[in-house]
Amino acid sequence: MDLETLIPKVGVVTDIRIDTPDVKTFRVVGLDGNKLFEHMPGQCAMLSIPGVGEAMFSITSSPTNKEFMEFSIKKCGCLTSWLHMMEPGQQITVRGPYGNAFPVETALKGKDLLFIAGGIGLAPLRSVINYVRDKRDQYGDIQVIYGSRSKADLVDYQEIINEWMADPGVEVNLTIDREEEGWDGHVGFVPNFVKELSPDLNKTVLLCGPPIMIKFTLAGLKELGFTETQVYTTMELRMKCGVGKCGRCNIGDKYVCKDGPVFRFDELDELPNEY
Amino acid sequence: MFTLPVSKLNDLFAAVASTRKLYLPVDDEASGHAEYKVWHEGVTLSNALNTARSAKDFFFPQTENLVDFKMEGKTIEVIDTRTESEDFVVFGVRACDARSFDILDRVFLAEPVDSYYKNRREHGVIVTLACTRPEETCFCTVFGIDPTNPAGDVSGWIAGENLYLSANTEKGEAFLSSVSKLLAESDDEAVKAQQAEVKEILKKLPLGSLDLTPFKPENLLKLFDSKRWKDLSEACLGCGSCTFVCPTCQCYDIRDFDTGHGIKRYRCWDSCMYSDFTRMAHGNPRLTQVERFRQRFMHKLVYYPSNNEGIYSCVGCGRCLAKCPISMNIAKVIKALGEEA
Repeated sequence: MDLETLIPKVGVVTDIRIDTPDVKTFRVVGLDGNKLFEHMPGQCAMLSIPGVGEAMFSITSSPTNKEFMEFSIKKCGCLTSWLHMMEPGQQITVRGPYGNAFPVETALKGKDLLFIAGGIGLAPLRSVINYVRDKRDQYGDIQVIYGSRSKADLVDYQEIINEWMADPGVEVNLTIDREEEGWDGHVGFVPNFVKELSPDLNKTVLLCGPPIMIKFTLAGLKELGFTETQVYTTMELRMKCGVGKCGRCNIGDKYVCKDGPVFRFDELDELPNEY
Repeated sequence: MFTLPVSKLNDLFAAVASTRKLYLPVDDEASGHAEYKVWHEGVTLSNALNTARSAKDFFFPQTENLVDFKMEGKTIEVIDTRTESEDFVVFGVRACDARSFDILDRVFLAEPVDSYYKNRREHGVIVTLACTRPEETCFCTVFGIDPTNPAGDVSGWIAGENLYLSANTEKGEAFLSSVSKLLAESDDEAVKAQQAEVKEILKKLPLGSLDLTPFKPENLLKLFDSKRWKDLSEACLGCGSCTFVCPTCQCYDIRDFDTGHGIKRYRCWDSCMYSDFTRMAHGNPRLTQVERFRQRFMHKLVYYPSNNEGIYSCVGCGRCLAKCPISMNIAKVIKALGEEA
């Protein structure tokens, strides 16, 4: 019988990190203790607890991590609530990788990169950030602008502080929405912060966050002089199959699961505004 | 070309059914419709123009098991329940439904191949039957389908007192040779005469002149932004009947069922007309019936052709025209948007 992409593999959750009050990062390996499969930054996988549901999540770990995969997941629905109740050692099912990836080996090679993320939007970008950090000599400047509602809502805060900020080749600018005790960094929304920082116009931008944040950040970038061909994002719509057959994640004639999830904004311009 | 007297049809069906399952359209007295049923002694072929349900069930059934899971404590066992399909023959498929298999093939057999669909497709032999009495709801010719010359592994015609059969594929040739004892060689005079006669009827069909020229990929945004979607969809109940009777609608859902002894993960037909089709934990990109209605027709007339060399995902079978409770249908959509373009 042929290989069937709809039949998943079993993965073991070996570690669960509490990132924020509603985001946990799950470390997953196969039953043999090895990585379940290889992927490229920006690709996704279908995770499931049989009997509860199955949904698509971006793979947050970098492909350069040869030991395990990580998924940063916000608790917001039925399946994600179950995932948040898991304890280490729990098995889940995994299938993938699905979708295209950020063009790290082509269009992004040698470029100065600007990552802009809001909230859980850092999850898909973390894979790219760590990938380019591990292949530092192949890329130009790296700048990360990241914002969240509060300090506690910054995903991967420890990694940002201990690894990215300590990395001389990476500039990190953090912001939170409102003043709070113990925070002496920037306060304000990401789109305004980007305009204040006024990043160099030769940078290629990778943008991910809530729809409203993406909308205003893109508008701000355009005001600064960036063009849509310089800005990439990653999309999310409801999916069942992950391979462009079940028919629900399309934006016009493109399926987010197989033609995306990564799109450049000029590509999205040619598609209906239905996402 | 081979022939067999219609009076001997029963012998042909018996010969086929002795080696594998044979499905054919049969009149269902309770519903008054024809439906595909398994042939056994005493079952007769329906004279109806077409079956109420399409023939897609044979390869893409309404529900099917994908995989089983056994859950114990923290562990999960994945059980591949797939089995090799048995050989079967579908007799009496019309030209429109035969085309629908090509349209489904382009979805399910594209990489990565859907093994469930492929398995059934490989084991099924399609014997078509040419139409002799097309109805007012028929518009297959708009999509370049010739109902007097249907595709399939074997093409069939019932003309006068005889059935004529001609193989198109290797599978079809093997099928004909398996029943060769019952068949005699024949010329195609009777078939040609019938084709000429039916083509005259086709010219008079009211929907035969639907104009598809505005429906091309370069008009995608223009058609999407049409003002007409709102009034066309206004009375749509979102019942999904059109998608279920449609031979080319292929959208599906994947769901889990707890049997008490384990989890069955199954696939079932779904409909873009339903409100939860695209609903996610954080929102829904198609909030009203306008967007859902638009999706169905844009998919058939623009999105699918854009990804499949201009081939439309409609075969003009007319089932949705007959079944829609508010009498809205793809023919009206083609006309309305065409006028605007």
